Amino acid sequence: MSKTTDAMDGTGRYLDDRFRGARSMRTFLRKIFPDHWSFLLGEIALYSFIILLLTGTFLTFWFQPSMTEVTYHGAYVPLHGIRMSEAYASTLNISFDVRGGLLMRQIHHWAALLFVAAIMVHMLRVFFTGAYRKPREFNWIIGIVLFTLSLLEGLFGYSLPDDLLSGTGLRITQGVMQSIPIVGTYLSYFLFGGPFPGNIIIPRLYVIHVLLLPALFLALITAHLFFMFHQKHTQMPGKGRTETNVVGAPMYPYFMAKTGAFFFFIFAVLALLSTFAQINPIWLFGPYNPSGITAGSQPDFYMGALEGALRIMPAWEWNVLGHTFAFNVFIPALVPLGIIFGGGALWPFIERWITGDKREHHINDRPRNAPTRTGIGMAAITFYGVLWLEGANDVIAAQLQIPLYLLTWIARVAVFLGPVIAYWVTKRVCLGLQHKDAHLLSHGVETGIIRQLPSGEYIEVTRPVSEETRAVLESNRAGAPQLTAPTAGEGADEIPAPGATGALGRLRLTLNRVLTEGIPLEDGHGNGHAERAAVTAGDHGQPAPDQGSDDHSA
Amino acid sequence: MSWIKPRRRHPAAGYAVLLLGLVIIGVVYAAIAGGGSAASAAMPGGPSAHDIAVGQALFARTCSSCHGMNAQGTSAAPSLVGVGAAAVDFQVSTGRMPGKDFGAEMPRKPVTFTQQQIHQLAAYIASLGGGPTIPSAAQVSPAGADMALGQQLFITDCAQCHNFAGAGGALTYGKSAPALTQSTPTQIYEAMLTGPEAMPVFSDTTITPSQKRDIIAYVTTTRAEPNPGGFSLGRVGPVTEGLVTFLGGIAILVFAAMWLTMKRREA
Amino acid sequence: MSESTSNPSDIPPDENGQEAEEPRAPQRVIGTPPPAQARTLLGEDEANGSAPVPRELPAEPDNPERAKRAERVVATCFIVSMLASIGFIAAYVGLQVHTVSSAANSNLALGVAMSIAFGGLGVGATIWVRQLMPQVELTEARKPMASSPQDRAEFAMTFTQGAEASGFVKRPLVRRTLIAATLPLAVAPLVLLRDMGPLPGTSLRHTVWRKGMRLLVYGPNTPLRPADFAIPGQMITVVPDGFQDNLDALAKATTIIIKFGPGELQPPTQMNWTVDNIVAYSKICTHVGCPVALYEHTTHHILCPCHQSTFDATRGAEVIFGPAARPLPQLPLGTDAQGYLIAESDYNVPVGPSFWERG
Repeated sequence: MSKTTDAMDGTGRYLDDRFRGARSMRTFLRKIFPDHWSFLLGEIALYSFIILLLTGTFLTFWFQPSMTEVTYHGAYVPLHGIRMSEAYASTLNISFDVRGGLLMRQIHHWAALLFVAAIMVHMLRVFFTGAYRKPREFNWIIGIVLFTLSLLEGLFGYSLPDDLLSGTGLRITQGVMQSIPIVGTYLSYFLFGGPFPGNIIIPRLYVIHVLLLPALFLALITAHLFFMFHQKHTQMPGKGRTETNVVGAPMYPYFMAKTGAFFFFIFAVLALLSTFAQINPIWLFGPYNPSGITAGSQPDFYMGALEGALRIMPAWEWNVLGHTFAFNVFIPALVPLGIIFGGGALWPFIERWITGDKREHHINDRPRNAPTRTGIGMAAITFYGVLWLEGANDVIAAQLQIPLYLLTWIARVAVFLGPVIAYWVTKRVCLGLQHKDAHLLSHGVETGIIRQLPSGEYIEVTRPVSEETRAVLESNRAGAPQLTAPTAGEGADEIPAPGATGALGRLRLTLNRVLTEGIPLEDGHGNGHAERAAVTAGDHGQPAPDQGSDDHSA
Repeated sequence: MSWIKPRRRHPAAGYAVLLLGLVIIGVVYAAIAGGGSAASAAMPGGPSAHDIAVGQALFARTCSSCHGMNAQGTSAAPSLVGVGAAAVDFQVSTGRMPGKDFGAEMPRKPVTFTQQQIHQLAAYIASLGGGPTIPSAAQVSPAGADMALGQQLFITDCAQCHNFAGAGGALTYGKSAPALTQSTPTQIYEAMLTGPEAMPVFSDTTITPSQKRDIIAYVTTTRAEPNPGGFSLGRVGPVTEGLVTFLGGIAILVFAAMWLTMKRREA
Repeated sequence: MSESTSNPSDIPPDENGQEAEEPRAPQRVIGTPPPAQARTLLGEDEANGSAPVPRELPAEPDNPERAKRAERVVATCFIVSMLASIGFIAAYVGLQVHTVSSAANSNLALGVAMSIAFGGLGVGATIWVRQLMPQVELTEARKPMASSPQDRAEFAMTFTQGAEASGFVKRPLVRRTLIAATLPLAVAPLVLLRDMGPLPGTSLRHTVWRKGMRLLVYGPNTPLRPADFAIPGQMITVVPDGFQDNLDALAKATTIIIKFGPGELQPPTQMNWTVDNIVAYSKICTHVGCPVALYEHTTHHILCPCHQSTFDATRGAEVIFGPAARPLPQLPLGTDAQGYLIAESDYNVPVGPSFWERG
């Protein structure tokens, strides 16, 4: 034992003599990480990315990114004698002639799906808890960019084997590109090196997929993690947690062990999926041929919303002065995802403008305490979800025996109506939950003990909520500083706050009112139930104690 | 079961019960759902006058109410004069006929008649107006076929309705192209030849008998081959893969994350 | 992160024999939160580093017996994982591939081994953290993200002094010419990409179909006589003779022919482009280019599987549902001297998806 300690001592001194790392390493090892399961969703994406790098490197040792035609005579007998590109043939080779090749291919593809899915749920967690607020707006933007890039990376990746299904996807991509006004045909001819399909698109996509985008990912993910590290992670509301501390367990050994364990879980889940769930069986699709197509042509799930947008669109096209505006193609291609990504990227700044809240936030919101934001998030999910389902409409029609056109008509209505209903329902649910919280705080928890009062009345005895629960229920109710504009009816002579004047200012005030709508903590109708412990005076009905130093906000 | 008692109030107990319930439902459903109908193979041998007479009797009893006493057709069903023995064999051996539940299309269902009766019905209809005959076993045999050509033809002219693996697909107005998982070689041949319901006709002069054998060879070989990557998820494509990602991958990992970060109960 | 103070004794004296001075910036201290809100606070280390540091983490888990049992469980998990990894290597060495079923077996064996290997590690590590490590909840202080006004002022001073020293601000001639120099340099990489592809020109308006070109059934690549295609309800994919192996040509020229009974074809189908009620339409969807080939002979609908554009084959393939905005172009058909079906000319409109110059 002591020999080991001596060896470690020696190594430590050796390195420290050269790097002076003792103090900073110690700070690093003691760094506190707050503990909540939803904070691990981003790690799913991170470790899936690492697994993608590992399995992807394996695949590059056998994959041939070439569209040169060869005649196949490999291990998969039904395709013997068929002309196909080298890319396709090498993918068949990996699947059937390389030991572990099929497993690595499947892990790579499942990891790609898991990567995007994890980004989605992680992004939603950050959105619904308000963790994108100052000082984390840049990290949010980086996240949106990572999300967008992951869609492209996946699209290019599954197009590399040049099979029928992904080739159809490339055809659709080319058709969409071609429809772009003014530059569409040029973009298409430049990317494909001529008419579709040409013989150079696969090598080009390969370089983007294997070199350019992974380099971008590495840089952005590093920045994303560094910012999170430097600003410290947010934490969920609770007892003893304030805007000026982090409560949790230290990096060493706790967080390292947990994150290591999670990495193994992720790898295990991916291995399980790749053992028992076949993915992308390209030998059944056959090589790409522009004359052939399969029923149920879908892209991978993360492109489903785009696919659904293309299906849902009516046939609008303008032909004027010898030029064609193909609205039926470039509107679905640009508008829905433009709203989601653009809206998402701008949201922290929009919310900041509406609320006027310039403070730092390190405690997460409970979604119910931000009902409008949660409602908007659910509306966005509904919008995206309707398009996503519509992208699978022929599979749904065939499996559930629902007429095809009916599904499209339902989707055309639901894509507008659904988000509205979702917003309204979600907001009402949040406000209802706030009612419940206020009720719990003022009335306490029911104990199940019934007592009869001298007057003959039966009451149920309640006890006050625990300290921990109280801290959670009271969290973050300070609200944003008001814009201090005069309410209607009060003196029009009062000078309104800057930012609340003019048409834009009035819009801001209205939005502010909507956004900060909430149920006050003090419910106000305590009806004299006994056994209620006295609540610390001053805690109720007033903004929570100062949770942060405002004076540092810009 | 005494180990359950102290763990009844475990934080994960509720989740465990839910999971168990879902698993039980899934297993039970999988056991009782599905199930196919037997399909009869082609049998050569010329029909006799007796066969035609029996066939006529069977027809009068079961089919004439919709197709008319002389198979001339009514408002309920088309004329069968000239459709040929192949069409009858296909429709009746897949159970589509006698038709019940007249919805958008006639699905495959349990067969009503025996193989001999089906041939007798077919002989009777053939006697009315000729039409495509039932192919022989040699005509539909995949042995020695050119599977590469079969693959090309299948992808070009069949997969757009039936899907790349013959798993079926949606058509308009509630119709669907059926899955090919249970079709016998004879039935596949007959379907191409006669173009049942919405399916186009692929006559022997357009896709020759030898090319039809190639297609049959490709379909029967690929549907029988194992799925080397695991369960096939329906051979439907990325839709089921996306579902599994969320319901399998993310869900399991969320449970793992909850386990990792759960506060330990004081013993 | 904490500031580090340099220890003067580690820095060698400079060439004049002077000892290095203490840095000018004041020593920073990790912020302390208000006492009422702290629980266990990570203590600030003494400056000299040699005084004994108070214990921050407990040494033993809370429940030692439980930890002992858990230790055995964790060890079992790790041993199982080890065996599975060995199994993985054995499966790799022992199982060959090169057929579908052997690939299936190999995938199953390798995959199960890998799942257990990683799963064992994950489960073992989790139980280790939860049962063998003492549960702690520690608190660390956050500083506000903004730097102190002093730091900001000093940074601003350094920055502006450097800008002045560089002359970038005071000398507009060099500044402007530098910017002018970088502009074409920035544009040059874009220009280098020009040869990525040819200009489209008018190539999108035409396919390879010409007068007299035979229609070949795609696959066997055999020509077709009208008599071979005589049953109403028939449909088949055809390609131009000579281009059956040219994917670029097929991406625009693939065509479907459909046989109708007498009287079924209606305007706007061009009747003089049909032969014996056989009509030819482009197989390339006018929406975004998927092959449109689901033909339902009972409804005469041609359905595209990608986005469900539906065309009426009896009425010149006009659009009856879906996002496609234009009908499928019709190919003029005729017969040659030997009686085989041929094209009478190219399509009279561009096939496939719309584009800006289409008009």
